[in-house]
Amino acid sequence: MQTIITILENMPYILMGSFITLYLVIGALFIGFIIGLPLAIGQVYGSRITRLAISLYVWFFRGVPILLLLFLFYFGIFNLISINLDVATVSCIVLGLASSAYQSQIFRGSIQSIPYGQLKAGRALGMTDSQSIRSIILPQALRLSIPGWSNEYSILLKDSALCFALGAPDIMARTHFVASRTYEYLPLYITAAFLYFLITLAGVRLLRYLERRFAIAGYTLSA
Amino acid sequence: MTNENNIKNALLSAQNISVTLGNRLILNDVSISVGAGDLKVLIGPSGAGKSTFLQCINQLIPTDSGSIYLEGERINMANNASLCHLRQNVGMIFQDFNLFDHLTAVENISLALRKVRNLSKEDANDRARKELNRVGLANRAGLYPAQLSGGQKQRVAIARALAMDPKVLLLDEPTSALDPELVGEVLAVINDLAAHGMPMIMATHQMDFVRSLATEVLFMESGSIIEQDKPHVLLASTSKSRTLDFCSKLNNLRQVAEHSPEITCTANSNT
Repeated sequence: MQTIITILENMPYILMGSFITLYLVIGALFIGFIIGLPLAIGQVYGSRITRLAISLYVWFFRGVPILLLLFLFYFGIFNLISINLDVATVSCIVLGLASSAYQSQIFRGSIQSIPYGQLKAGRALGMTDSQSIRSIILPQALRLSIPGWSNEYSILLKDSALCFALGAPDIMARTHFVASRTYEYLPLYITAAFLYFLITLAGVRLLRYLERRFAIAGYTLSA
Repeated sequence: MTNENNIKNALLSAQNISVTLGNRLILNDVSISVGAGDLKVLIGPSGAGKSTFLQCINQLIPTDSGSIYLEGERINMANNASLCHLRQNVGMIFQDFNLFDHLTAVENISLALRKVRNLSKEDANDRARKELNRVGLANRAGLYPAQLSGGQKQRVAIARALAMDPKVLLLDEPTSALDPELVGEVLAVINDLAAHGMPMIMATHQMDFVRSLATEVLFMESGSIIEQDKPHVLLASTSKSRTLDFCSKLNNLRQVAEHSPEITCTANSNT
């Protein structure tokens, strides 16, 4: 009984953490998209040097643990260039940079899966390459990216719990704080797990809906 | 001198085109010119370079040497604006249609009208509907490529090219990817274009079509044009041309196919 009362009493406090978690995830997905899409385009259509620079970027951000990246930027780089941002914003930027590397590869895969002939057809009509890429390749590639993107969303959501290490007051941090004060570890962590589970489900469902909403009539890849 | 006159008088002329890939010579010094009312046909075995040659003419494939003239003006191939100008005036039909899968038939046609011609959405759609009507697909305007048959797709592709008011049309085996019963509807559209005097260069193996409509046949093999003349000369039964030899093989293949239905596919695709 005491346990239930403890959980209910602290629920508003923990739930407030889900706003921070959502801020981290949505912000990071957005930053990752804004950076990842041009990276993918550059990696498919760019010059040798562009392609090389982008692979180095991707290699770096995929090759270093997220926790290390968070420390590196928060205590290292941002400190060095004396930029003072709050913990949540720094976490959001770092998660976004890491996500951009992963997202660029999602987009690259789907751009490359659009038949090259369609770009040729665009050129043959007198369109410039940038017109063809924007109005022919990307609308199709982005549709194909949604399944990969829903993967990225659910991974990022769970990676966001690492920001606890910097002290970002997200679901994880708040749960841990309440648990260590009340000693109700098991029920509180189960509650937190349930929250993450619900947010994952909601996001994945939303993306699945978008995937259906934007599906092209009669079009399947296997056909 | 005759060559220069040729270039001046032709609508479109490709001169001395050569292409190497790696250290393989794909096209070896080939030339072609089209004037008003011309329908020039490229034939030859697969791998002869017909498709490469066609795509060199509108510079979808860059050439190592040679030049392209549009209405007597030499195209500067290093200049993007100049290339876009060339491509707007030279329509292209591909073997596998290359329709834009995410756009309806009418949007497939109106896209370039809006982006290249800067037409408003309504004007572009009006024009697109007119072109669809011309290829007999007015009632398919709102369907996506995946909802169309092969023959319908190719007719949409033709309408898409025609909407740009090309001066010349290039057709790269437009019926080769089609089921036999769908070939007719596409050939009918091309027939109609020929009857209206649209200058065309076409790679095809539809020999009846070639016999009746081609103004000149160019036989290609291993990247070179080895024979070039009027169809009734090259295809005369007394002729000893390589072209006639090749075409009689096509014919034999067709007869074999008619007697053994299970190999029809092999005989009709890419021969």
